[in-house]
Amino acid sequence: MTTEVGSEPEVKKEPEKSSEEAQAEQQQQLAEQPAEPSESEPSAAAEPQPTPTDSTKPDNTDQQENAEAEPSSPPPSSGQKKEKGISRFLPPWLKRQKSHSQVEPKESSSPTDTPNQTLTEKQEEEEKEEEEAEAAEEQVGKAPEEAEKRQEEAGPKEEGEAVSPVVEQPAETKEVKAEVKEEVKAEEVQAENNSVGSVETQPAKEEKEGTSAEKKGEKGGEEVQESSVLSPLKLGKKMKIVVCHVTLLDGTQFPCEVEKRAKGQYLFFKVCEHLNLLEKDYFGLSFKDNADQRCWLDPTKEIKRQIRNSQWQFAFNVKFYPPDPSQLTEDITRYLLCLQLRQDVSSGRLPCSFVTHALLGSYTLQAELGDYDPEEQRLDSIADFQFAPSQTKELEEKVVELHKSHRGMTPAQADVQFLENAKKLSMYGVDLHHAKDSEGVDIMLGVCANGLLIYKDRLRINRFAWPKILKISYKRSNFYIKIRPGEAEQFESTVGFKLPNHRAAKRVWKVCVEHHTFFRLTNPEQPTKSKFLTLGSKFRYSGRTQAQTRQASTLIDRPAPYFERTSSKRISRSLDGAPVISVSDHGHMLDSARTPGSGENGHDPALELSSDSKSKLRVQGENIYVRHSNLMLEDLDKTQEDVLKHQASISELKRSFMEAAPEPRPSQWEKRLTGSPATGLRLQAQGSAEDKLNSEINGQPEVIEVVEETVVIEEVVKAAKPKSSAPEVSVTVASSATEEVPEVKEEEEKSASSDSESEEEAEFHPQSPSDSAHHIQEEPEEEQEQSQKAPPTNAEPQQDAEPETTDKVEAVVNQQKEEDEKTPGEETVVAPEDAPNGHHVQDGEEALTSLGAVAEEEEELEPCVVNGDASHAETERVPQVICCSEPPVVKTEMVTISDTFAAQKTEIATKEVPIVHTETKTITYEAAQLDGTGDGEPGVLMTAQTITSESLCTTTTTHITKTLKGGLSETRIEKRIVITGDSDIDHDQALAQAIKEAKEQHPDMSVTRVVVHKETELAEDDD
Amino acid sequence: MQADFGRFTHAVMRAAPDSLAAQALRSGPAELQVDIEAVRREEEQYVSVLEKTLGLRVVRLEADEELPDCVFVEDPAVVCGNTALITRPGAPSRRKEVGEVMFAKPVDATPVTATLDAGTPVVATPFFVGLSKRTNRRGAEILADTFQDYAVSTVPVLDTLHLKSFCSMAGPGLIAIGSSEAAQKALKTMQQMSDHKYDKLTVPDDLAANCIYMNLPDKGHVLIHCTPEQFPESAKVFEKLKDHMLIPVPNDEKRKVDGCLTCCSVLINKPSKV
Repeated sequence: MTTEVGSEPEVKKEPEKSSEEAQAEQQQQLAEQPAEPSESEPSAAAEPQPTPTDSTKPDNTDQQENAEAEPSSPPPSSGQKKEKGISRFLPPWLKRQKSHSQVEPKESSSPTDTPNQTLTEKQEEEEKEEEEAEAAEEQVGKAPEEAEKRQEEAGPKEEGEAVSPVVEQPAETKEVKAEVKEEVKAEEVQAENNSVGSVETQPAKEEKEGTSAEKKGEKGGEEVQESSVLSPLKLGKKMKIVVCHVTLLDGTQFPCEVEKRAKGQYLFFKVCEHLNLLEKDYFGLSFKDNADQRCWLDPTKEIKRQIRNSQWQFAFNVKFYPPDPSQLTEDITRYLLCLQLRQDVSSGRLPCSFVTHALLGSYTLQAELGDYDPEEQRLDSIADFQFAPSQTKELEEKVVELHKSHRGMTPAQADVQFLENAKKLSMYGVDLHHAKDSEGVDIMLGVCANGLLIYKDRLRINRFAWPKILKISYKRSNFYIKIRPGEAEQFESTVGFKLPNHRAAKRVWKVCVEHHTFFRLTNPEQPTKSKFLTLGSKFRYSGRTQAQTRQASTLIDRPAPYFERTSSKRISRSLDGAPVISVSDHGHMLDSARTPGSGENGHDPALELSSDSKSKLRVQGENIYVRHSNLMLEDLDKTQEDVLKHQASISELKRSFMEAAPEPRPSQWEKRLTGSPATGLRLQAQGSAEDKLNSEINGQPEVIEVVEETVVIEEVVKAAKPKSSAPEVSVTVASSATEEVPEVKEEEEKSASSDSESEEEAEFHPQSPSDSAHHIQEEPEEEQEQSQKAPPTNAEPQQDAEPETTDKVEAVVNQQKEEDEKTPGEETVVAPEDAPNGHHVQDGEEALTSLGAVAEEEEELEPCVVNGDASHAETERVPQVICCSEPPVVKTEMVTISDTFAAQKTEIATKEVPIVHTETKTITYEAAQLDGTGDGEPGVLMTAQTITSESLCTTTTTHITKTLKGGLSETRIEKRIVITGDSDIDHDQALAQAIKEAKEQHPDMSVTRVVVHKETELAEDDD
Repeated sequence: MQADFGRFTHAVMRAAPDSLAAQALRSGPAELQVDIEAVRREEEQYVSVLEKTLGLRVVRLEADEELPDCVFVEDPAVVCGNTALITRPGAPSRRKEVGEVMFAKPVDATPVTATLDAGTPVVATPFFVGLSKRTNRRGAEILADTFQDYAVSTVPVLDTLHLKSFCSMAGPGLIAIGSSEAAQKALKTMQQMSDHKYDKLTVPDDLAANCIYMNLPDKGHVLIHCTPEQFPESAKVFEKLKDHMLIPVPNDEKRKVDGCLTCCSVLINKPSKV
């Protein structure tokens, strides 16, 4: 783990690999021995000594490994690539073994001490999660082949566990215990062990992770050896890591190793790190989906889930074109923007006149070649540059002529001039999407900083500024905007556009949401506590707004980084023949041509299902925007959460280092954090939100979201206040929850999409249908994965709880066991739903404990299987009639690292965290049981769909599961209705209404069971 | 809005032929008598303002008796920046005007085949092209293709020949607009389409809204507008502009043949350095 510290960005790939290798080697060695216990012990011992020892170890091992094991694979990138290729062919369990690689990345991240720490921290967090998951996997691996299935399931679970650990973080001692437990459990029950591991505090986790990783590595190595003929080392590498190829704006390729489960932001941060870019909020990673449409990689989601079957090929692009580039803080940012615009111009994506082509070209020459030199610059050499889609000699002459007039201009100044002229172009920053108007006429939708532009042919035929737009929605392949009534008008009008398909509609919608949030909102509003009507699409802009990023940029305090300006000449040469300029351009070109709007698929993954549009849209007028902002904030929070987690974990490590007693973070950390670009920005962003709520929001957005889904937000808020003092803990919790949540959401979305296909979406999921084909195909797989994951997640959260309440822990373990038994097929299916719900519930509990006050009232209708949310027990117990669970009172001590982010500078203040009392009531009504199946019966899952929609007070999650049992196909529709709100809300009425609606929707279905799960949390405010 | 918006160095004009009085196209009653001498007096005053008052270099083309409307040089070309779009005037009798104007313009010229009266677009961001009987949609598209730096939007112009018949730019971000229903409607369209927030200067008389804005190095904001004699109420509105150098120029006679202030010249910015 710690080894990675040394690795850092430059070495990253290699170190990871090496670490993996090393791990693998170690694992092998260890494997010979009793392995687990022994390994774990060493790791535990190492733990107290944080990074240094670890780092040294890994390095050595890595080196050794490299020398020994991987002589053949000198260049990491190549090795990675190879791995990818191989990994494809590897069986799933082997892939899981990839966890080794994951562990490695963690290690690398651990080195965070370096300036890059912030980035790495996030990565680390992710890695940790992964590692944890891996660990679980490893444990599973220990178990016989049968375990493999479990492992798969566990993988997801592990992730959840990872999240949970964050919560636990506060207690160091607990960690140790947990470790011990883990070891024991691992020996005894693999699955249980995993859960326990999750429970452990962060430091413990790390240690555990390290141990687990080692174990995993060993196991994995062993397995690999056994399973495949290939050398263990190679296999291990291949299994875990995937090499992403990112085409940078200068046309070069940046190979980057990532763990297969890594989220988009991991890769993005790696790239930004590589570029030495701080003002990264304007940028994003794009990829081509199966339909060759450019999609934006959602930073909050797993890469793998987004690219699906596509290759791990990405392009680094400008996502939000700053209207005034002169306000960018750093020259390097402007330079990258210039590169993007040069692509845009030369590809024709950004049309401009002859004169402008010449002018822009002349600034390009000035920036790249310096002052005009008649001897060096002849026209034939100038021809190597591509200034325009169709370049004439006349243009080149004009370029040269203008170039002469720029004498004395520095490259940075030339860039500024370039941007000053480019920004005036009418199509600057306009993201075009093909569409048809209500009459079927071909038009183009242009999303830009100021709003939505409508083009027909080459004419702008309409324009809707953001302030004029009350609501943005999409349903199926239609995209709608609701227009604010004009002065003389009384009624709002809705304008609809027809897009080629649902995905395109979703893309436009996402792009609009993102652009609106980024450019229009100054500060994302705090999420409304009680009000979260937005169930449908959970997609939100996951970054900072322009205002925030500007604010953050003002805090950038580093000497202007040196960067090399690659000549666009090369690119143009390669492209010479082809109109397209550079490889990187291809994407743009195509995008521009085909998918002008190429929107952001990345977002799609998030949750835009039909309901989304509705939910968000529901809000009228500007409020909608606000919500968006809130949503956005949440997403932001997530990312921040990751950061927080990292920090928290780091802080814990330090603590463990320093001593058991919590102490303020060492100044070094602060420096490092601030020093590292990523942290600095993040900190700033967080800092922007000064209010406790804000801080919470930023730090814990995820938590809030979760709460929203299942719990009443208001209460949460209360809790938050007390927390404010000890943000980190809550944050960590939140992050854990959030991380899980997003996945779940994705799953839901996917499922939802499938549902839509199967069913008429009608009320719940206006948007669901669209995804249809693609989603459908993919969905089953995903669902399975989800299902696998889901059960674990439940277990994990419980695990988290464990430390807090022993009783719970036991229960959890039991459940896990049950789950394990049940694992296959249907249950797994259920799991996906459960997982989200479970997360909520569990998370909620955790959150409650951690955060303090969250009052949750969950009412679940479980027609069939699981609403896992309500309670783990419920899911598992499904068949059982009534479950009344005494509301557990969870007392949690939270160690809070205060305001690291909020303060912009990382200062860790440890405070005793509020004790949260969580009361949970679960009432289950069961009608005649239709299916025992839901619980444990093995079925073949045909399809599973989850539809989520929101109404004002209720959230309904519909999960449709088709299973084949003994030749009978069975369709289960599970609806989980979460009613959240203040005490004012009439839950009974809401429930009745929800049931009524459910019946109306499925008249031929019978309600088998209604489970009412009430959770009320009281938070005590210490502060 | 461009920094050099309103900056001009040259003006292209063309003398009025005698045939103008009888043969020039007019939307008003045909029996309306046009005093060619009065037209020429206005012309001289116009030139004098441009040349002597404002220091522009005026290029004057010879009149062509075959082209009664040739005095209105604005229509055959759209000039923006260093690019001129040579149009194909909507009125067949005027299409021959194009040739000479093209040669006269010291800028790059692009021939066009679509129907477009250059008097149609209001140069702003975006370009606004009035769709009328003199200008069709194709013309607007061509314009968009030619001036790719700009967005081009169309504005339906119902009754009048040109968008400029009731609308023009009176300054950066300032639209002079007539108060007729059609003008106000067009204004709404333009405001919605525009990326920028435009201030409006509403004048009682539609024709008075046709004015010429310049931003000259030594003079600052210059506005050539109608005279109080012609449109007393509208002139008062213009006189409220404190930051502008206001130059009333008579246009009463040419108005009879649909002539506007802007119609009589093509303004070009061509600094001598390049």
